[in-house]
This record gives sequence, C-alpha cells and structure tokens, in this order.
Amino acid sequence: MTTAPTRKTHHLTIPVKASDIAMLKPGDIVYLEGVVYTAREGVYDRVLEKQQPLPVSGQSGSDLFDISNVNFHCSPAAAILDDGSYKIGGVTATASFRFSKWMERWLDLTNTKIVIGKGGMPKEDYTNILAPRGAVYLTTVGYGTGALLGRGVTSVKDVFWLDDLGIAQAMWMFNVKAFGPFIVDSDIAGNSLFAEHNAAIAENISALYDGLKPPALSRYGETDNRKDEVM
Amino acid sequence: MTITAKHIETAAYEIMKKAAIDIPDDYLTGIEAMADTESGDLSAFVLSAMLDNYRAATEDRRPMCADTGLPRYYVKVGDKARMDSMVALEAALRKATADATHDVPLRPNRVHPLWRTEHNNNLGINSPEVEWSFEPDADWIDITTVHKGGLFGTDYRMLFPGDGIDGIKRFLLDTLIAFGKRGLACQPAIVGIGIGGSKDTCMQLGKQAACLRVVGDRNPDPEIAKLEHEFKELGNSIGMGAMGFVGSSMVVDCHIEVGYTHTGGMPVSVHTFCLSSRRATARIHSDGTITYRTDPKWFTPYMRREGIS
Ligand code: SF4
Repeated sequence: MTTAPTRKTHHLTIPVKASDIAMLKPGDIVYLEGVVYTAREGVYDRVLEKQQPLPVSGQSGSDLFDISNVNFHCSPAAAILDDGSYKIGGVTATASFRFSKWMERWLDLTNTKIVIGKGGMPKEDYTNILAPRGAVYLTTVGYGTGALLGRGVTSVKDVFWLDDLGIAQAMWMFNVKAFGPFIVDSDIAGNSLFAEHNAAIAENISALYDGLKPPALSRYGETDNRKDEVM
Repeated sequence: MTITAKHIETAAYEIMKKAAIDIPDDYLTGIEAMADTESGDLSAFVLSAMLDNYRAATEDRRPMCADTGLPRYYVKVGDKARMDSMVALEAALRKATADATHDVPLRPNRVHPLWRTEHNNNLGINSPEVEWSFEPDADWIDITTVHKGGLFGTDYRMLFPGDGIDGIKRFLLDTLIAFGKRGLACQPAIVGIGIGGSKDTCMQLGKQAACLRVVGDRNPDPEIAKLEHEFKELGNSIGMGAMGFVGSSMVVDCHIEVGYTHTGGMPVSVHTFCLSSRRATARIHSDGTITYRTDPKWFTPYMRREGIS
C-alpha cells in the first residue's frame, strides 16, 4: 500500500497555549494530551437557553474551563458498568454546523480555544467568531475514526447531567493522550481548509452535468420562489 | 430439529458485536485499492487513517465508529426451517440488541422522534426494524444486522420515464455533491440505488442494495450491471474524495436494485453506506449450529423473482 504523504504534525498539551494555536495551519495534523470536554445541543440548550449554571469539576471544585479549553462536538459509545464506572468504546464527532448558532456565546462564556467536530463550520463563523477570539477549528478524520479516538481516551475524568441528558448528550470530560489525528480546518486568520477545497471542486461541477437533458419536472429546492409552478 | 429462541439470541448478540467492530473484508479491500490510487493527498491521508482505525477496532475489540448507527435486522427464513415461535424470535432480537448495546458498548442512538426520550438500549417504538424474507429448499435461518449511520447521503426523487438514465445521473450527482462536501456522507461509500416500485419499496430497495450487497457484486441483469459500473465511475469523476477534499474516492461500489413500478413514473432513491459499512450475518442451521459471515446473500434469485411463481 502507498503510504500517505507525511503532513506537518503537532502534539499539543491542554490547556492549549495561544502560541501553540498560532502555529496551526489548515491541513496540519494535531494530536492532543490533557482534558477535553464534550458539548452538543443538550448542553448548549441547558446552559445558554435555559441559563443553568456551568458545572464545576468534581473533587477540586475548580472551574472546569481552567482545565480544558478544548470543546469536542461528540457523543461517545459509552456504557455505565455495574460498579458505576464507565466503559468508553468508540469516540466520534458529530456534525458541527448545527451548533454554529451557539458558538459565539459559548466561546465567550468558557474561553474555549479549540473546537473539534465533524465537517467544520461556515467560513463566516471562522472570520467573525472563532478567529477574533483566537480560536481554531479541528476536524476529526474520516469521519469514522472512532476506534483510534477511543484509544486516545485514557479515562473519564467526569460526566455531568448524565441522568437528565443521557449518554449521547451529557457533558463528558475525558483524560486523553495521543488523542487524534485531527486535521486543522481553520487557523487564527480565519482561513478554512474545507472552503478552499470546496472552491477547487466547484470549478468542475457544471461540466459534470453537460449533455444531460433537463428534468421532466422541476422541484422546490431548485428554485427559492414558492410562487413558481414546478411543471 | 427446531431452531429455538436461544439460538437466535446467541447469533444475534454475536453479529451485533462483529458488525460494530470488524470491517467486512470486501469493503476493506475496496478501501485499500482506493488508497492506492487516490492522488489527492489529504484524501489519501484520510483513507490511510481509516485503515489504521479498522485495525485498532479489531485489535482492541472496540467499535470502529462511535456512531454505531441504528442497529436493525434482516431475517431470511428457509422454507423448511422450523422455529417454535416467530414472536419469540423477534423478542430474542430485541434482547440481543439491548445486551449488545450495554456490552460492546454501542451508542444508544434510538430516541423518541418527538420527545427525544431514550431507554439507553437501542430499543423503542418500531425499533429495531426487522425485515423478513423467505428462501425455498433451505432449512436454516439467516440473520443479518446492519448498523447504518449517517444522517446524510440518502435521498428520494420521483422521476418520470422521460427523464431516463440522464435523470438518474443528475439525481445521483446532486446527492453525492450535496452530501459529499465536507464529507458529511463519510465517503467513500457503497452507493445503493433503488429504481421503481412504489415510494416505500424504492427506498427499501436502494437501502438494501447499499447495505446487503458486497463490494464487487454485480446485478444479474447485464445492462443494469453496466449501469452500476458507469455510475461508480461517474461518482469518482466528480473530483471529490474522502471528507470532501480534492480527490477521486467517492464511490467504492454502486449497486442497483429495481422493482416494477407505476407506468407513469420512475421513482429513484440513493443511499450511501459510509466508511463504517457495518454488516454481519449468522446462519442458524437446523441442528442449532451457527456459522458467521459478512456477505448477507440477501438478493437471491428467488428474492428478485419475476412472474407468477
Ligand atoms: S456516517 Fe458512518 S463513518 Fe460517518 S460518523 Fe456516521 S457511522 Fe461513523
């Protein structure tokens, strides 16, 4: 098998420092060590819409965002064992664009600097929300690298709101080591790897349809004007 | 001899594990071949990371992807197989689902569609789905589980006879491009296309074509087999690879299934079975022994039969 070309690879410790983040360029590979937390719609709804207080971390009672500035859009394949401990099998990100509307308030509230998920967010979010706050977006790979990422989770540090939100939506804090690979999508200048690739691919798209006859029936979705007839 | 609910439960529990953890050989070979030919370097990086991931899953016995999809079953009952209770068979499938969800673990993805309530065991109203078929001159029961993830990559369109093959190509391109960007469909995928039937059959055929036929399998109708090849090439010529990066790895294989349809229409569905193309099959023989494989052998000649018999 051909081995994939080697790419610039960074091994970063969490909380990630501003100087580390400044080095990341779109297309670079990142591995993480430290504590990451998960947050998806259940958490944003609870904290940002229902105004419930953020949790504090277990024994020490410290602010968990002092420990982690890495937000992972994820829900693990986890089980609660009979002794009350957790078994983490696979770990995979979920599509981030759905959380875009909460990111601005969330970053301000938590001082998060790295957002990890699936598929990136719109480039405008990088320009207007992440980059001005010194934050970047890393994408998981594949996206099904659940086993590799599961290996990177060494233990569960804490879990919040498990009873109310369920396994998939609860807020997990994972101790991680050699956690990755992730690909840098956005940098602190607000560039987006996905946007660059989409633009390159878009150049060829209309040629693919050349010579195909027009559809017998139009459909809403091809037009935004709902006063149009589809015939 | 009679096949018992206990046999079914053992087999179903085992295939739940196998499906979640071990990538089927046919799909693995397909991805290895694509990794060899992919020229887009980011897309090639993604494919090689996926190959690492399959190895890690098998070594650690952990799910290859944490989105363990919506576990479901396809049951093929040999005409001469004897089972004391079909209701007990379904109950055994439900029990195996709950047990495997806890033990593997699978992510408890199943929630009520409106209230979002869940039982943490992948069971609920109308779930898991169990689809049935029969096979003449056989005394076994085949149980296949499919764990299909992916909220993206599937679509349906009512086309008309005048749209012809061009219309199907247009629809296929629309779907692959829309869901391929940023890799939302987690391509390269096994693409299943259902053509004909009524709307629900059309969806069902496309889904079964994606999930229950192995990479390299061809439709027995040579003309349809040619279309399968042509559509695969079309998908791989978009210029898009894994994760929507520039490249050529979009479609590992394309499978088409057809069903007779209304004379005025040509319904078409497109389904993509993702980088975690998870399926596993158990055959429970009449003496209670169980054998395992990854080719469901769902579309038998009897299954695709024409005419009266
Ligand atoms: S589409 Fe498949 S590979 Fe991608 S996250 Fe879902 S289950 Fe995993």
